[in-house]
Amino acid sequence: MTPHSKPPERRRVAPWADRLFSVLAHGAAWFTLLLLVGILGSLVVGAAPAIERFGLGFLWSTDWDPVQEKFGGLVMIYGTLMTSLIALVIAVPVSFGIALFLTEMSPGWLKRPLGTAIELLAAVPSVVYGMWGLLVFSPILSTWVQQPLQKAFKGVPVLGTFVSGAPVGIGLLSAGIILAIMIIPFIASVMRDVFEVTPPMLKESAYGLGATTWEVVSRVVLPYTKSGVVGGIMLGLGRALGETMAVTFVIGNFNQLESLSLFAAANSITSALANEFAEAGEGLHQASLIYLGLVLFFITFVVLSLSKLLLAQLRKGEGTKS
Amino acid sequence: MSNLSIKFTPAQQAGRLAMHRKRKLVNVLALLMSFGAMAFGVFWLIWILVETFRLGIDGLTLSVFTEMTPPPQADVGGLANAIFGSIVMAGLATLLGTPIGVMAGIYLAEYGQKTWLGHATRFINDILLSAPSIVIGLFIYTVVVVRFKSFSGVAGVLALALIVIPVVIRTTENMLTLIPNALREAAYALGTPKWKVISSVTLKAARSGVITGILLAIARISGETAPLLFTALSNQFWTSDLTKPMASLPVTIFKFAMSPYENWQKLAWTGVFLITLSVLLLNIAARVFFRNKH
Repeated sequence: MTPHSKPPERRRVAPWADRLFSVLAHGAAWFTLLLLVGILGSLVVGAAPAIERFGLGFLWSTDWDPVQEKFGGLVMIYGTLMTSLIALVIAVPVSFGIALFLTEMSPGWLKRPLGTAIELLAAVPSVVYGMWGLLVFSPILSTWVQQPLQKAFKGVPVLGTFVSGAPVGIGLLSAGIILAIMIIPFIASVMRDVFEVTPPMLKESAYGLGATTWEVVSRVVLPYTKSGVVGGIMLGLGRALGETMAVTFVIGNFNQLESLSLFAAANSITSALANEFAEAGEGLHQASLIYLGLVLFFITFVVLSLSKLLLAQLRKGEGTKS
Repeated sequence: MSNLSIKFTPAQQAGRLAMHRKRKLVNVLALLMSFGAMAFGVFWLIWILVETFRLGIDGLTLSVFTEMTPPPQADVGGLANAIFGSIVMAGLATLLGTPIGVMAGIYLAEYGQKTWLGHATRFINDILLSAPSIVIGLFIYTVVVVRFKSFSGVAGVLALALIVIPVVIRTTENMLTLIPNALREAAYALGTPKWKVISSVTLKAARSGVITGILLAIARISGETAPLLFTALSNQFWTSDLTKPMASLPVTIFKFAMSPYENWQKLAWTGVFLITLSVLLLNIAARVFFRNKH
């Protein structure tokens, strides 16, 4: 090559392709953002007639009368919150136990199959849980739990109320238990993941001082991963609040708040939507149902945002410790 | 050692031993309970699977795949239209949702990792991932069904596609961020334009992870019922017309299981069996596929 020859001409391959690709990628990201705005917007527009008519009083009114067009969401909101609460009470300790087992106790060769088994629990479609709950689980719950409890607490003032109701095993408690089974995998896998980010150095120092496994977990791992654990619980709560099919099958779909019994048939926001929406005529009934959907979306949005922020907080701490 | 040890009175010694025993006991109890929790979790999985298989496998005959959904108390009948509807809607939803999800995942990992749009999209996407799917159904109802004044297969496809997108975004982004930067830099150093670096280097390296994500998304939507209830609704007959209401397996199961008719309940169990089997197989396939490639 002589020193005077020109450098080979630089050939740009399809410069427009780069632009196009970037525009597509940006567009897809914007699409996701706009999706949220669209969902919120459409719900607000759809619910507008009900919002105008009932205002915020909708949230604490127990009327639900399609004939006289009087609507209030308290019964469904109560059902949603109560079933999720029951689910959390059961699922949190169990998930903690599972995460503890998977991170500290399980022999290495068992970790993977057991972890997969728990994750498969999350993969089972909710309609399967629902049908199983209605036709297999509820009768068993009724015979072995509800009826003995009713017998035992007959005439006892407060406890008697909690277990009253028709002995069919359908209601808040069975919905809560099934929700618990459904959210255990979500909470357990977040807890397992955050337990695993605890620096081994911290754990080993505690073991070196003679701490037992339980002491290491409760005094070192748990304080270190506190925000992540709460984040995982919030994630599970978000799932429980929005779960539809499993709840619809077993909650009984009863629009009145007559007793505080755990075995009383009740209703939740999601099951009211699933059962009534397609049949509701356009107008106030449908608008009220969309209003309920809006309330649900708002609650889950807040819960899931909290979960996300708490988990992010744990991750932020990761870089600073030494 | 003896010069380091501290002398204890017998009473103190006994107290220390009691303390030690108590700590040991608490530890054993806690570990037992943890073992119990693990057994509790696995117990439900096994119970549900056993019941589903036991009750579903009975009704599994050829007519399930060839006959339409029957009227109540009929002697014959199958789930052919529901199975067909489920496959069509899940397939189209995947075809529609995957490109958007992959592109948004690419944006998050390759373009906007630290921009405000990136942070906002990641945050919103994580919320959409766990948002109640019935709300997605409401959304499609108000923008599609109300406008066209009819429940339709198209509306069902759109609702399912909106559920696919967040799942695919999440896995695509996660898999792309795992690709070492050196790979990108090597490609850039050769003068490769960015779109080519992404499409033929990073995306290719992350391919198995992305496919795993798509498989998981298919598994998720093939069991989804809530978003179809007031978008695709259901249909007693065979239809391949996407502008008409369309049957799907989950919605049919819901309808049949809640009914008092015996033949419907039996078909519902068969449907539950089919759905559980396919979802579990998809999940296991996704895992095996991912593990083999890594």
